[in-house]
Order: sequence, then structure tokens, then C-alpha cells
Amino acid sequence: MLGTDEMEINLGPQHPSTHGVLRVKLRLDGERILDAVPIIGYLHRGCEKLGESRTYPQAIVYTDRMDYVAAVNENVVYVEAVEKLLGLEVPPRARTMRVILSELQRIASHLLWLATHALDLGAMSVFLYCFREREQILDLFEGYCGARLTTNAVRIGGMYGDFPDGWVEEARRFLDILPARLDEYHKLLTKNRIWLERTRDVGVISGDLALDYGMTGPCLRASGVPYDVRKALPYAAYPDFDFDVPVGTRGDTYDRYLVRMEEMRQSRRIILQALERLPDGEIRGKTPRRIRPPKGEVYHVNEGPRGELGVYLISDGSENAYRCRFRSPCFVNLQALPELCRGHLVADVVAIIGTLDIVLGCVDR
Amino acid sequence: MSETVLQYVVVPAMQIAVVVGVLLGCVAYLVLLERKVIAFMQVRLGPRRVGPHGLLQPIADILKLLLKEDIVPARADRLVFYLAPVILLLPALVAFAVVPFSGTPFRVLGVEVRPWITDINVGLVYLLAISSLGVYGVVMAGWASNSKYPLLGSLRSAAQMVSYEIPLGLSVVSILMLAQTASLVGIVRAQDEAGSWFAFWLPYPQIVGLFLYFVSAIAETNRAPFDLPEAETELVAGFHTEYSGMKFAFFFLAEYANMILVACIVTVLFLGGWLPVTLGIPGLKGPLSNFVPSFGDGGAALTGFLWFGIKVFVVLYVYLWIRATFPRYRYDQLMRLGWKWLIPLGLAHVIGTGIVLLFAF
Amino acid sequence: MDATKPDPIPSRSLDRLREALPEAVEEVVYHGGVPIVRVVPERIVDACRFLRDDALCRMTHLSDLCGVDLSLLGRREPRFDVVYHLFSLDLGERLTIKAAVAEGAEIATVSGVWRTASWHEREAYDMFGIRFAGHPDLRRILMPEDYDAYPLRKDFPLEGRERDHKNWRKPEDERRDVLAP
Repeated sequence: MLGTDEMEINLGPQHPSTHGVLRVKLRLDGERILDAVPIIGYLHRGCEKLGESRTYPQAIVYTDRMDYVAAVNENVVYVEAVEKLLGLEVPPRARTMRVILSELQRIASHLLWLATHALDLGAMSVFLYCFREREQILDLFEGYCGARLTTNAVRIGGMYGDFPDGWVEEARRFLDILPARLDEYHKLLTKNRIWLERTRDVGVISGDLALDYGMTGPCLRASGVPYDVRKALPYAAYPDFDFDVPVGTRGDTYDRYLVRMEEMRQSRRIILQALERLPDGEIRGKTPRRIRPPKGEVYHVNEGPRGELGVYLISDGSENAYRCRFRSPCFVNLQALPELCRGHLVADVVAIIGTLDIVLGCVDR
Repeated sequence: MSETVLQYVVVPAMQIAVVVGVLLGCVAYLVLLERKVIAFMQVRLGPRRVGPHGLLQPIADILKLLLKEDIVPARADRLVFYLAPVILLLPALVAFAVVPFSGTPFRVLGVEVRPWITDINVGLVYLLAISSLGVYGVVMAGWASNSKYPLLGSLRSAAQMVSYEIPLGLSVVSILMLAQTASLVGIVRAQDEAGSWFAFWLPYPQIVGLFLYFVSAIAETNRAPFDLPEAETELVAGFHTEYSGMKFAFFFLAEYANMILVACIVTVLFLGGWLPVTLGIPGLKGPLSNFVPSFGDGGAALTGFLWFGIKVFVVLYVYLWIRATFPRYRYDQLMRLGWKWLIPLGLAHVIGTGIVLLFAF
Repeated sequence: MDATKPDPIPSRSLDRLREALPEAVEEVVYHGGVPIVRVVPERIVDACRFLRDDALCRMTHLSDLCGVDLSLLGRREPRFDVVYHLFSLDLGERLTIKAAVAEGAEIATVSGVWRTASWHEREAYDMFGIRFAGHPDLRRILMPEDYDAYPLRKDFPLEGRERDHKNWRKPEDERRDVLAP
């Protein structure tokens, strides 16, 4: 009788849809995946060691470049960790500005995610529509701190500068058109038969298993676990604002899609409240000239667009951190790839990598 | 030169030259049209720099492909590798032999020219047979490349093309029943006699047949949303991953030539071929059939070609529109759609048409 | 009260741990009010399992696991610390656990308690050379598979070693277009 053999296929590191330099070794039985092993490290730049050999303010620049799509969130988590070490009080205006920028960054990151995910699954036009909106957010960032992607916008003790004239109006104008555009994406994808077939029941993971794998962010929330760091361990000015955290039920790709779409709306809600209640005052508290935290350690977490961003700092009293550890949500989420892919077809690997929303800079640091 | 040689050798040879030449030109500009149309749907502009509005872009593309380095994988099966693109392109071109571009034969320099290369009385069957040969080209390409991605891509593609032949055939059976002939010219003439295109034919408009044929044809030509075998994001480029230069150009040409062929067939079978758009208003047909009465038959032929061209253009536009809008079907979902939905639908449609014909006439 | 030395935050899970496994707890320090528990390395798996399963602790989320090289902080033996950051979603409590590991020695893996530990431990092995006994797949994760040094150790230079950079150009090199000698 004719027998069948297993086939081993290599996806990447150069591949149109692995979102960076990711290599996945697939073991296939025909079209069915028996195992999918991710191999990472192609973008490892030693950010942790760099963090340990630069002073605290200098190391902020490296945090942008790890998860480059969520630069502001990375900046904020690092700066807040240092502020905890120093026991610094951050003025309310700066805290609110951090919230505004973080949420704008969240919307930009989710737009990028939707664009690439839809493109991978064949809906090319959504890619271009999402980038149209993302351009507006990047213009806002450029107007504030001069950089679109690697923002470096936060300073220890506050913010580097105030919003320029007209920035708040520009932001409001963007937020006015956003709901209509989100509805457009919903119209194109949410009830689309083909989209449903490609994403329903693909890459299912239960809440308990997801938590066991350490997944956080939309991936965990889509599986039914309502863990959001902004609610569980609030930071910056989040306790002042009113927002919901969308939670899914089935833990499949479709639910992750819906959760992220809804998060964009909630982010908009937060930004509108923040812009309205932006307190006056200084943007930088009393900060020592040389950042030399006393001996001690701190572990601080943040809700990035992809999950829980964490920074663990050990200070030995000098200007450099002794140990600077970055907890990366994408690194942890990617670990679950074999679990999510098992039993699916080859075409689903691309959908699953897309739905995990990984950025290799964050995975490899 | 004797009358027969002129009539049966020279004129057809010239017709073939014209058809192939115009077709290849159309294929090149269809590529540009696709890029422009999809670009406008995606809030961008498409090619603009090469020539006004990018009109010289296809020429630039052809030059590029001609001059590109031809890479053949070290352990590829050379003969099959070289043959595959040819086997894919030729059926697409050869099928145009039976497509009627207009309705009225006209006389030029004393020779009768018919606006089709030939009109055999099994034209429809010929078409279905010839277009099935394309599958060989795909399989050969994937096999000869000696590489995993093309192999997977070509296997999928071959299975997809073979599966969708059946709904394609079924949708055409009802047309056969309505027209009582398999000759393409005869089918259009039957629509002329029936007074309306088959797509809107009363009492049983063949919209279902049109939908079925169109969807199956999209799957046959490996276009979105059924383009998994060659999807960039899935398997790099499917069965033509390892091809470069002119051989890749052949694959490209074949795909677009097939698209144009499908559009022509849809027009002929369902949309009335060269017949004018009269919307059922009586009396309009005469004037609309000939915009240049002073040329007599030549004018009628030209006008018929114009109407034919407009309909083909609309069908191609819908092809591009679908590509810009829908996500891609996964392979097993694609097969399920073909076998479990389209074939029963096709069968039901044939039975429906049969019942209507039996009782209405 | 000094802003840098807030009062210790009460931690119910720490109390429960002390109650249930008193011999596992070596010492407790407070940084910024947050308790940091040093656990006897041989009992790390028991402690972790207890913290995860106990109804009053419910530490189901291992937020992070990393290694620390303490050689420049004045501690030569044991050289490394493995730090576990735990969080309880239900009870909202955080706890940090540390366990000391000597160079060349092993510590038990906790990937049987939380699956996420698997990759974190691989990274700790890759960066520090800390071996985890019982780990299902202990191999390098970020550096190349056959790399022979541990980059995050304090004696590894920031710029890397010259022998790893085959095409390392120095200022005095004239030719700038050559990749390898």
C-alpha cells in the first residue's frame, strides 16, 4: 500500500508574512500540522545588557526599539519603574499626557495588527485603509516629539515637553473620524463569510491554558480571562478614567479580532476623557540632575497593546542599572504557538502568527 | 491566388495574427488596469510615473522580464521546467479560436471576413476541453521545480482546477439546453432570436448559471479569493516560486489571458455576445446594432465588437473588484465550497432549466 | 516616612507560605514596600506549587522569571539568583521569589508548575548558563545554538568578543569593502 511520509517545511526567517525575522519549523502530514516550532533570536540586540551599561535616562532610547510598534508603552513602563526606585512623584498633567500617548499608541498598534493580519488572509484593501488612519496617528506623534515610530517621548519625572499648539485639536479631529472608519472595517470583515471561515475556531486556546502559558493582553482576554493591567494594577492616570475591557469567550482567532477592534474603541473613549480633563500644571516634577537611585529593586508592569510589558530593575546605587530585565509579552505569547497550531492546516499558521500579534523586536530584545 | 487558399489559409492566418497580437497587448494592459483599479479602491494611485498615468508601465514590465536573469534551480527537471509555462499559456491562446468577437461577416477587398477565427459546431465542448489542459502546466511547474513550496502549491492548484471544472460544466449545460447548439456563434444568435440575453431570459433567467460559471472560473484561473496556491503570504508564490524572467512572464500572461478568455465566454454565453444593450425596449435594436451605417456590414461588425468589448470590460472589472475586496479562502474551505455547494447548485440549476423548458414550451 | 522606603505592604501569600513551608523560606527583604522572599533552592518547586494551588494564594500567573549575576554586587558564591515574579489574578497580590544557584550547579525547573517558565528558563540558561534540572528542552533560545559563552554575565564584554566578529573592522583598517579576511 502507498504510505505517507511526514514533511518538514521551513517558514522564514525571510517570509512575506512572519512579521519580522521569525523562523517556524513545521512538521506536516500532508496539509495537517503535527508540530510548529518557533526559532527566534534573529533580532537579538542585547537590549538588556545595553540597559545595564547606560545610565537610566540613556536607556530610555533602547526601550523604544524593542517593541517598536508600542514605543510609548515601553517608554512609560521603564520610566515608571525608575520613578518607583527613586520614589518620585509625577505631576498630574504628565501622568495624563502619558495616558493619552499610550492609548494613541495602542490604537496605532492595533491598526497595524489589523492591517497585516487582514493582508495575510488576503483582504488587501483593509491593509491600506488601516494605514491611512495610522498615518494620522503617526503625524500626531511626530508633531509631539518629532519621531513617528521610536518616540522617546517620556522622561524620568514627567514628560519631555508639552503638547504643541493645536495638537489637542488635531487629536480630537482624528478621534472624530475614527468610529466611522472602524465601522468600515467591521463592514468589510466582521460578518464576511470568508473571514469567518478563516478565523472561527482557528487557534483556539482555553483561558486556563493561556494563563498557564503566561499569555497576557488580548490573547488572554479573548479566552475569557479578564486580566488587564490598567484595571488590576493601575498606573499613570488610569484610575481617573472610565473604560471597559472587552473579554471574549471562545479563545479563537475571531474573538481575538473582535477584542482588539473593541479595544480601539475603548482607547478612543479614554483619550477623549483625558483630553477633556487634561489638568494644568507642570509637566515635570522635581527630578535630581543625576539619576542615582538608592540600592534596591523594582518590578513594574504596564498594559502594552500586546500584553503585559514588564521591567525589573536592580539598582546598586550607581548611575547604571545593575540588572535591567525586560519582560516581553510577545516572547511569552509566542511560546504557545505549537499549542495553537497543532491539528490545523498550513494556511492557518499564517493566521495564527498574525493573531498572536508578535513584533520580533519585542520577542528578541 | 485561388479563392479557397485565400479564404481558408490567408485570411485565417491573418486573423490569428491579429487576435494573438491584440490579445497579448490586452493582457499587458489588463495588468496595468488591475493595478490602477485596485489602487483606486485602496485609496492610492497605482503606477503613475512611466508614461502619462502609467500607460507605458506594461512596456517597462515586459522589458524587465525579458532582460531578467533566467534562474533554473540546480536539481530541477530541465525539460519539464522549460515546458511547463508553454503548456500553461498555449491552451489560453488556442481557446480564442472559437470566440466570436462580433456578429456580422463583412467583405474586405472582395474577401469575406468573419469576425471569428472559426466556428465549429462543438465550440463549447472544445472550449471546456482546451481550458482543462492548463492543469498539466501547473502540475509540471510544481514538480519540475524540485522544491517544497512549489510542490505544495501546484498540488493544491491542480486539485482546485480539476474540482471546479464540474460546476463550470454544469453551468454551461443549461445554456446548451436553451440554445440547442454548442456553437458559440449559434448561442449568441439564439439569444438574438429569443429577444433577450440568457442571463435575463424569461421565464427562468440564468443568473444562477452566470454566478456559478463566474465563481468556478475564478477558481479555475487561480484568482482571489481562490488564489491560495499562489498566495504570497502563504507559500511565497506557490507553483511559480522558482521561475524568473520570461518563464515567469509566461505564467503571468497565461493567468491574465485566461481571465480575458473567461470574460469573453461569460459575455458570449450569458450576456449576449455582440448584441447591443436594448433593455428590452423594442425598436432600439436596429439603430444600436450599427453605429456607422455607411460602412454597411463593416459598421455592424465594428459596433458588435464595441458592445462585446464593453461587456468584457465590465466582467473584468468585477473580477478586479472581487480581488480587492475579499479575504482568501483556505484550501479545504475552497474544496468544500466547490464540491458541497456549487455542484449541487449546478445540478439543481440544470434540473430547473429543464423543467422550465419542458413545461413552458 | 522616606519616599524611597515605604512601609512594608502586607502580603497574605507570604504569610501563608511561611505557615505552610517555614523551612523553605530563607529570608524576606522589602524593597519599595514589596516583599522579596528568598527560598531555599531545593524547595523551589514545592514553594511554587504551593503558591499556585493554595486557595488563599492562587498565584496562577508567572509574570517573569529571570536570572541575575551577582558577582559584581559582592557575592561570589552562589553567583546567580533566579528571580520569579508571581501575580494572583483573583486576589490581586504580587510576590517576588528568589533562589540562589551556584555557577555550574543546577536548580529544579518550575515549568511543571507554570508552562510559561519553559522559555524563560531557556533564556536564563542562554544568557547566564544557569542549568534547570528536569527542563524538557534546555537549549539556547536567542543566541545561536552552538554559541559557547553566556552574554549577560558580568564578565562578558558589552561589545562582544573579537572572535565572534569575523568582519570586525578597526579604525586602522584601510579597506572598507572586504567582509572577511
